Amino acid sequence: MNEFVNTTVTAANAVPLVEVKGVSQSYDNGQFVVLDDVALTLNPGEIVGLLGRSGSGKSTLLRSIAGLIHPTSGSITFEGKPVTGTPDGIAMVFQSFALFPWLTVLQNVELGLEARGIESAERRKRALEAIDLIGLDGFESAYPKELSGGMRQRVGLARALVVHPKVLLMDEPFSALDVLTAETLRTDLLDLWSEGRMPIESILMVTHNIEEAVLMCDRVLIFSSNPGRVAAEIRINLPQPRDRLDPAFRALVEDIYERMTARKPVAEPAREGAVAETGIDMVLPRVSTNVLSGLVETIAAEPYRGKADLPPLAASLQLEIDDLFPIAETLQLLHFAELAEGDIQLTEAGMRFAESEVDERKQLFADQLVAHVPLASHIRRVLDERPSHEAPARRFRDELEEHMSEENAEYTLRAITSWARYAELFAYDEKTDMFTLENPS
Amino acid sequence: MIFLPHNRESLSEAATLSRGRIMPNVYDILALSIMAAVFVLLAHAAIAMRGSIELLSTAPVTLDPANLPEYAVRTTLRMFAAIIASLIFTFVVATLAAKSRRAEIIIIPALDILQSVPVLGFLTFTVTFFMGLFPGSQLGAELASIFAIFTSQAWNMTFSFYQSLRTVPRDLDEVSRGFGLTSWQRFWRLEAPFAAPGLIWNTMMSMSGGWFFVVASEAITVGDTTVELPGIGSWLALAISKQDFVAVGWAVLAMGILILLYDQLLFRPIVAWADKFRAEQTASQQKPRSWVYDLLRRTRLLKLIGVPLAAGWDRLMLVGARRTRQAPRLAAPRPTSKLVDRLWIVLVALMAIAGAMVTVLYIRRTLGWGDVAEAFGGGFATLVRVVVLVALASLVWVPIGVWVGLRPAVAQKVQPVAQFLAAFPANVLFPFVVIAIVATGASPNVWLSPLMILGTQWYILFNVIAGASAFPSDLREAAAVFKLSSWSWWTKVMLPGIFPYYVTGALTATGGSWNASIVAEVASWGNTHLEAYGLGSYIAKATEAGDFPRVVLGIAVMSLFVTMFNRLMWRPLYVFAERRLRLD
Repeated sequence: MNEFVNTTVTAANAVPLVEVKGVSQSYDNGQFVVLDDVALTLNPGEIVGLLGRSGSGKSTLLRSIAGLIHPTSGSITFEGKPVTGTPDGIAMVFQSFALFPWLTVLQNVELGLEARGIESAERRKRALEAIDLIGLDGFESAYPKELSGGMRQRVGLARALVVHPKVLLMDEPFSALDVLTAETLRTDLLDLWSEGRMPIESILMVTHNIEEAVLMCDRVLIFSSNPGRVAAEIRINLPQPRDRLDPAFRALVEDIYERMTARKPVAEPAREGAVAETGIDMVLPRVSTNVLSGLVETIAAEPYRGKADLPPLAASLQLEIDDLFPIAETLQLLHFAELAEGDIQLTEAGMRFAESEVDERKQLFADQLVAHVPLASHIRRVLDERPSHEAPARRFRDELEEHMSEENAEYTLRAITSWARYAELFAYDEKTDMFTLENPS
Repeated sequence: MIFLPHNRESLSEAATLSRGRIMPNVYDILALSIMAAVFVLLAHAAIAMRGSIELLSTAPVTLDPANLPEYAVRTTLRMFAAIIASLIFTFVVATLAAKSRRAEIIIIPALDILQSVPVLGFLTFTVTFFMGLFPGSQLGAELASIFAIFTSQAWNMTFSFYQSLRTVPRDLDEVSRGFGLTSWQRFWRLEAPFAAPGLIWNTMMSMSGGWFFVVASEAITVGDTTVELPGIGSWLALAISKQDFVAVGWAVLAMGILILLYDQLLFRPIVAWADKFRAEQTASQQKPRSWVYDLLRRTRLLKLIGVPLAAGWDRLMLVGARRTRQAPRLAAPRPTSKLVDRLWIVLVALMAIAGAMVTVLYIRRTLGWGDVAEAFGGGFATLVRVVVLVALASLVWVPIGVWVGLRPAVAQKVQPVAQFLAAFPANVLFPFVVIAIVATGASPNVWLSPLMILGTQWYILFNVIAGASAFPSDLREAAAVFKLSSWSWWTKVMLPGIFPYYVTGALTATGGSWNASIVAEVASWGNTHLEAYGLGSYIAKATEAGDFPRVVLGIAVMSLFVTMFNRLMWRPLYVFAERRLRLD
């Protein structure tokens, strides 16, 4: 690690820049908890990563620190003072870039200065400096729609840096970019950081890309989801610049994968083998059956032959954890595969699925669905019991909403509908909003 | 209020200019002379507006073609006064509705109903009201006319702006709050630009609709009071009563030129300029163009004038922004507000009930159930007319619109014509139809009806053209590959594809036709008066007789019909179109 970072770390350990204590965020009078008792300290001179699945509340935490959201309970301080509005010393970079399409690059960068009432001449000078720093010379009068994604995110960075914040918050800043562009931007940012050319003291970034976190951060906080909690904290002491092929780097990535798979997945039934009605309170991931079959086939085939290590599997499929985990966990939910210690292993049913033809697969899928997804067996049983063999979807939606938010209920119902349609377990008619047993012939 | 270009490029261009040649170029002379002419005309008309009321009788409207340009300018000025009032109303009321939950409870339903109230019915009250406000001055009558136009323009603009304010992209909102933009900066940097495309489109629609009402509201008789404001509408009224065929022709010509000019000089430049506010992040394939806008951009002197203006605008942006801010502003929702909210709703409901009772009592004093039945009977007659006419117009214009829309080269030429025709006030053309009815002795009950749809059918046409142009070519190709029969091509491919657009067009056309019925169901040529049985003629007659209770009853019944029609027919279709037939 370079000297600049080292010295500031030791010098400033006494006074943290940002301190988060016991922060919780919930909606609907505490019924849906997004963040649960989260603590975090951000010291000068460090890059801290928040790593977790979508729905783990890490973006919510970032917005709470920025003063955009008011946490339900707990305290957040910036430089020792409680965060009540949006503090001047904190700036943010967005996943979607969040550029104003009707303002030029220069005007976008000047925006934060304008809010502070800075005169146009000085504003221009400082904006041009930031544009220069971030490598956007020549694009000053361009509109965002004329720029590529990478250039747009550079504008987002320049706009955040121009107000000379102490803390830079980044919300998945590279995830909307293609692989090459993202890598260039990461490297450029790390160079500026290690040379001390940016006017910032600390960076807090949200990511769901494990390699990105290991590549950039001094510390990584791993979030578990539903509700969001800090599950683990990992210090990364590798010297910069880091080499992705370095065995120590790979070991860290592997370690984080293991920690993230070791946890109880979201969609695991609350009580194994319980009666149907008691297990419907879980949010189901919406994963296409095509993707499920694809992953099963991949794992069953060479070189994995039924068992794969997740990091190389993700790399070879060009998937990030946010994409891979829901698929792997759905396979686990259906007992097609087991997840443990960063590995995924097909069960006997999974192997049979991989070897089967279409109709057999559908039968197999239906069996697993009824056996292991309480909601599926519940709907099927209701339909079987009724003489008309149909039931309004509203009924199940209401049932789900007793346990989860309206949005999640809708989401879960859609997931189960698409799986049941594939398995030909039951049908759904959108016009009448009814589940039926009859499949249109 | 406008954004001036203050990017570095234009500033440095201006800087080069100030160093070297300050000489204006050809474009300057062109642009300046056009602008100067517009200002002179507007100033002249504005002064004339404040003239004494006696002038109206001592210098009455005459059918001298030499006066026509002046009348045209006066008419235009009323239009612009109304549109500016509408914009101010939009900014204030829509912002209020978007920012305050309590204001929203009142404003949004009120706008919804006001959209359905027949504008021309208002004239009765407003003329009396404004004349009383400015006794002895033309200003009262002018304001009544302007108010009538305003009521035809403001509601949809306000709705559009309100909707935009409610759907400001979340990330841009977070940036604005994160940087602590003042509400003034937030309005001009985020909200107004984001709302601009929708607002400009709605303003254009309002302007188009407004020409109809400016013509209808210039010459008005309420009981004993007859006002004839100098303008094309009064010219037309006079020409009709004098049976002067040539003068009607002059009015049509003047109107055509007027609309062409306003379109070329004002709206096209604005649309071309506003293209940058469209929020989509990809460069669009077809940029709207305007020769006036290009001309203005090429001028040197105007750019030079623009620099200090831009600087002033820039300073204005900093008002209230402090270099260091005390941050505490994010207020947690207070627990008391829910109780206050409920009280507020109860209060609003009580006021609404009281208002309804006052209205009923007012009508009950002079009118009985028989009158209510008569108004409803007329309402059903007009309803039948509207439904039949919209259906007929759809049968004609949907196939034509699809044919045109699928041929981009034709669509490019036809679309502006359709928009022009939609703006052209159909009431200017009424005399021709009336002459034909009088000459052939046809039944007014049937043949006056087409007048209602004359001006509004174009909305169906240009919306269908827009829908067919936007129809994805891969779907068309798929249909061609499968060799669909022409019946399935229409029912399975094209009609579902254009349906959302068609609903928009037909909704606008229906609303416009209800309004038009007040002028269309009663028509005259000299001393010949034609009348069709319906709610429109009911209101028109009551207005002429100054019979306020009947006017109130007629307006209330028509508002009820329009609201019910929208709720029971158009809204479900809209929802269906949004849910099932969206292509994007």
